[in-house]
Amino acid sequence: MQRIAADVSRPQGGDAQDGAARPPRPLPELDLWNRAFWTGGAEGRLMIARCASCGYWLHPPGPVCPECLSREVGAQEVSGRGTVNTFTVNHQPWHPAFATPYVIALVELDEQPQLRLVTNLVDCDPAQLRIGMPVEVCFEQVEDVFIPLFRPVGEPA
Amino acid sequence: MKSSAAELEQRVVISGIGRSQTGRRINRDSLELTVDSCLAAIADAGLRPSDVDGLITWPGENVSPMAGFGGPGCATIQETLRLSLEWYCSGMEGLNVLGGVVAAAMAVASGMCRHVLLVRTVTEATAQAGGGRQAAMGSRPGRSGGTTQWHLPYGSMSAASWAAWQAQIHFDRYGMGRETLGAVAVNQRRNAALNEGAVFRTPLTMDDYMEARMISTPLCLFDCDVPADGSIAVVMSTVDHAGDTPSPAIAVEALGAARRGRAYWEQRADMATMKAYDAAAQMWSRTTMTPADVDFAEVYDGFSIFTPAWLEALGLCGEGESKDFIGDGSRISLQGELPVNTSGGQLSEGRFIGWGLLYEACLQLRGQAGERQVGRADVGVVGGGGGNVGQAILLRRFG
Repeated sequence: MQRIAADVSRPQGGDAQDGAARPPRPLPELDLWNRAFWTGGAEGRLMIARCASCGYWLHPPGPVCPECLSREVGAQEVSGRGTVNTFTVNHQPWHPAFATPYVIALVELDEQPQLRLVTNLVDCDPAQLRIGMPVEVCFEQVEDVFIPLFRPVGEPA
Repeated sequence: MKSSAAELEQRVVISGIGRSQTGRRINRDSLELTVDSCLAAIADAGLRPSDVDGLITWPGENVSPMAGFGGPGCATIQETLRLSLEWYCSGMEGLNVLGGVVAAAMAVASGMCRHVLLVRTVTEATAQAGGGRQAAMGSRPGRSGGTTQWHLPYGSMSAASWAAWQAQIHFDRYGMGRETLGAVAVNQRRNAALNEGAVFRTPLTMDDYMEARMISTPLCLFDCDVPADGSIAVVMSTVDHAGDTPSPAIAVEALGAARRGRAYWEQRADMATMKAYDAAAQMWSRTTMTPADVDFAEVYDGFSIFTPAWLEALGLCGEGESKDFIGDGSRISLQGELPVNTSGGQLSEGRFIGWGLLYEACLQLRGQAGERQVGRADVGVVGGGGGNVGQAILLRRFG
């Protein structure tokens, strides 16, 4: 199977890995709660909401800590390291922004058990993917959004 | 058989079922299909439209962005049939898949109404016209908020990929392989050959399955259900009506629709399980019956992996044992010890979003399943959903 490069999609109709002109990825609407997550990549940081009172990390972010009900929740930088909880190699062209195949995975961050997010695995050979493998964050900028992606630890950028 | 049901379930029966023409790209009007199934179910219950005083449909009108996913809403159905309602309900979330059965039982048991008409109409096959759901979804312009924002930027757009996450864990942790999912698909196609209302009736071999193109690994084309057209209706009535139905009424032994812990699909603590396990656990908590009492199972198979997951969720086999339980498929065949998805399920009968499974369970319990009739059908279980929603319904012959 072909190797999946980092440029799963390219902004503004650039050429993706298969040479096809593609629209940019669908983007999130930035709001009070998600802005840090979706823009932290501008400084190379993966930002996750954390309770200032009890230290619990929560994703998706929200206005209250589900553990201690503190309202003192704010985004904080994490290591960007995690492990693959599960994954799929998607072959179906659901949306023109994405060259197939591409990997949709659940990654659990090292900071806390089950601190989990949906992402794409890039810079990888799908045949080598395994549940539990260590990964690290990288970012793809589209307009004002820096989409956190993950790649196997130790892969060259 | 003496009932061991909780008080709520004891007050309710399924009194009638109805079905329109069903199939693929039948190009029939959604409201016309709805009228066909509703009138059939009302008559089957021994009632007239003027007797119906409750109405449920899901999702309702102009609710889903996917063309053909929903049929007419409560107001349109009420107008069309000139119903006079004491209670009605539609909506995207709480009634999802077979959640309406739970809502209707509550409405009848609480005395809000006596006869609830439940109807589910789909025209996805016609609406998609071969272009798939991505055609029916359109281009999704603009930026996304809410739960979709965590998926769309990653091309995570189909439940096929989310079900694939669950399958990948079963493969990794329990050693399941494609042959298990293939056995599910082949068994159901064999059953659908005996169902005139099914979309796919031509034989499917394991070789066909293994050679099919991948959709989202490890799920291939034949692991995904097929869009369909048609309408299925059910009438749920107060138990006093059970003696007045032309066909045998069906007892509701136990219901479950729990969603415990995190609600989002991708945030389930153990991604091998999903919400079917919560619904099943709640269902079993409401009856003294046990999995050993179940004669057949009609469980949601929007994706083939849901079928083994439901068997495990319902305790019909142990955790991680569905691979061995299903084996070559003989145990879950019509002649097997636990026939599963006897109408062909959504993989072959078509995607009626759980309602084809419920309809088939009623036919089996009444002994009206024709060539598909299983040997013993005193107790059947129905599973709806399987991702971040689930309903478990234990049905038995009344009396």
